[in-house]
Amino acid sequence: MKEEHKHIKAKKYGMVIDLDKCTGCGACMVACMAENNVPFKEDETDKLLSITWLRIYKLTNGKPFPETDICYLPRPCMHCEGQHGHAPCVSVCPATVTDYDMETGIVSQIYTRCFGCRYCMAACPYHARYFNWWDPVWPEGMEKYLNPNVSPRMRGVVEKCSFCFPRYQVAKDKAMAEGRREVEEHEYQTACTQACPAGAITFGDLNNPKHAVYKLKMSPNAFRLLERLGTNPKVYYISSREWVRRSGDNYLANEVKIKKL
Amino acid sequence: MDSALIPVMDDALKPKGVQRCPIWQFALWICIFGAILLWGVYAMFLCWFKGLNQTNMNDAYGFALWIWADLAVIALGGGAFFTGFLRYIIGKDELKNIINYAVLIGFICYSSALLILAIDVGQPLRAWFIFWHANVHSMLTEVAFCLSCYFGVLTIEYIPLVLENRQIDKVPFFHNLAHNMHEIMAIFAATGAFLSFFHQGSLGGVAGVLFGRPFGYREGVLIWPWTFFLFTWSAAACGPCFTIMITKLTEVITGKKLVKQNVIDLLAKISGWMLASYIIAKILDTVYWATVTVPDMGYTLKHFYSNPVYGIWILFLEIVLGGILPAIILITKTGRNNNVTLWIAVVLAVIGVSVNRWVMVLQVMAVPILPFESWYLYLPSWQETATTILPVAYGILLVMLSYRYLPIFPQERELNPID
Repeated sequence: MKEEHKHIKAKKYGMVIDLDKCTGCGACMVACMAENNVPFKEDETDKLLSITWLRIYKLTNGKPFPETDICYLPRPCMHCEGQHGHAPCVSVCPATVTDYDMETGIVSQIYTRCFGCRYCMAACPYHARYFNWWDPVWPEGMEKYLNPNVSPRMRGVVEKCSFCFPRYQVAKDKAMAEGRREVEEHEYQTACTQACPAGAITFGDLNNPKHAVYKLKMSPNAFRLLERLGTNPKVYYISSREWVRRSGDNYLANEVKIKKL
Repeated sequence: MDSALIPVMDDALKPKGVQRCPIWQFALWICIFGAILLWGVYAMFLCWFKGLNQTNMNDAYGFALWIWADLAVIALGGGAFFTGFLRYIIGKDELKNIINYAVLIGFICYSSALLILAIDVGQPLRAWFIFWHANVHSMLTEVAFCLSCYFGVLTIEYIPLVLENRQIDKVPFFHNLAHNMHEIMAIFAATGAFLSFFHQGSLGGVAGVLFGRPFGYREGVLIWPWTFFLFTWSAAACGPCFTIMITKLTEVITGKKLVKQNVIDLLAKISGWMLASYIIAKILDTVYWATVTVPDMGYTLKHFYSNPVYGIWILFLEIVLGGILPAIILITKTGRNNNVTLWIAVVLAVIGVSVNRWVMVLQVMAVPILPFESWYLYLPSWQETATTILPVAYGILLVMLSYRYLPIFPQERELNPID
C-alpha cells in the first residue's frame, strides 16, 4: 500500500476567483454557512464578532464620479503554504491544533483540541480565522438541518474555512469504494464554488494540469493577496482592472509596477 | 476567638526589632485592597462561566489588554531573575539586601501572568493541551513550559522567606529547611536565569515570528527573530528598575529607609548600562526594520504610526522618554544619587518597557494589513479591566502581608533602630 502511495503526486487544492464576474450577491457566504454549520446570532451588526468563513469585501478605486469603480472580493481562508508548509497560523499554534496537510495543501483545524489562545488569529493577516465568542444557538428545529458531516463548534475555540474538507473525505471514500485512487475534479467542489451564480469561483488541484484552476492561475491578470509577505496563499484572484490587482498588495509610492512573486 | 487576641497574635508574627503600623490600619488597607481583589475575582468568574464574550475583544483583536498585561508583568518581574543572576552568578554580594524583595515582586508578577493566561484562553479546562500536544515550532509553547518552570523556581525562592517568619522559624524542621534551601539557592538562581533568558525571549518571539504581521515581524538569527533578544535584554534592564521603583514606593509608604543607598545605586547603575545598550540595539533594530524589512513588504514607517489616537508619539514615548532619558540618568552618578532624578528614571524605564509590550501586542493587531482595511480600535470592557487590576490588588496584599510578617529587608533593623 505504501509503495502505491509513492506514485501519487501531492495535491494542492486551491481556488481562482474571477473578480470581474463577482456581483457581491453573497450566495457563496450563505452556502458556506449552511454547509459548514457556521453559527450565527440574532444581532449580527458587529461584523468583528460575526463568523464568516467566507467574507465579501467591497473595494473602491476611490475616484469621484464618473470614474468611480467598485469590486467585490470574496475572501475564504487562503490555505497559505508559506515556506514548505509553514503557514503563518500553523507554526504558531502551541497545541498543534492547526496543520498544513502536505497531501492536499489544506490547512486544517482540530476544534476539540483548540483551547482558544487565539495566537493563530493574531498571525493571520487575512482575518480568515474566527473565534467562537458564544456557544452556537440554533433557531428551534434548525439543528435537524445541520450538516451531519461537519462537527459544530463550541464556545472558546477558533474556526475557519476548510475548503469543505468533509466533502473531500466523502469523495475519497466514494472513489475508494469504486476502486479508484484519484478523486475527479467534479467530485470535490466547495459549497461556495457550486453556489456562485456567476461562476466566478473555480476550485481544484493547482498541481493538476487537467484541472481548470491550473490554467486560470497562470493568467496575466491573476494575483494573490499580500504575496509580498511570503504567505504563499492558494487562493488566486483574476481581474482585468489594474487598480483591483494593485489592491491585492501594498506598494510604496515609487513602485509603479505590480510585483509578481 | 477573643478579639483581644488579634493584636497579640499579630505581634507574635511580626519580625523582632522592627516597627509596623497598628493592626487596625493594616486591617483597613487589607479590606480596601481585598474589596478590589473581590471585584476582579467576580469579573474572572464571569469570564470563566459566561465566556470571553464578556470582553471587548473581537476577531481583529484576538490579543488585547490581557496579553499586554502578561507581557508587561513578565518584563517587570524580570528584576527577580536578573538580580538573582547578578547576586549568585556574577557575585554582586551587596544585592543580597534587595534580592528578597526582587524575588517577592517576581513571584507576584509571574503568578499574576499565569492567572491572566488562565482567564484569557477560550477553553481554560483544556489549557493543559499546550503541554500534551506541544508544538515545538511555537513560541507560545516555549513560553508555557519556561513560564511554568520558572514560576516553580520563584516559589522555591520565596518559600525560605516564608519559613523565616518568627513563629515558623521556631519549628526546627522548617528552620533547617530554610537554611538548607538558602545554601543551594545559587542553583535555583542559575536555573531561573537560564529559564528566564528563554521565556523572556520567546515572548519577544511571539510577535517577532508573525511574518503575516509586518509591524511585529523581525528578521533574526536562525529561528530567533531580533525581538527574542530585545525582549530578554529589556526585561533584564527594566525589571530591576521596577524592583527599585517598588522598593522606593514601599519606603515612601512606610516612611522608612529599607535598603541602603549603595545597594540601590549598584542595581540602578547596572540597570542603566543594560538600558543604554538595549536602547542602542532597539534603535538599530527599528532603523533596519523601517528602512529594509518594511519597505520590502510594501509599507512605510508612517503607515504603522498613522493611527488616529497617538500616531508617531508612541514611538517617541517608548524610545526617547522611556529609553534614552532614563538610561542617561541611570548611568550618571549624579543622576542616580539624586532622589528625584532616580525616581524619574525608574518610572520612565517602567513606562518605556510597558509601552514596548503594548505596541508589540495591540499595535500589531490594530494596524491595517490588507490595503482595503482601516485601523481597528479597541477599548477593554470593565471585566477585562477588573481582571487586569485583580493581580495588582493581589500583589499589594501579598507585599503588605510579606512586609509585615517576614524579614524581607535585611537592612531594615540597622537603618531603623528602635529606642
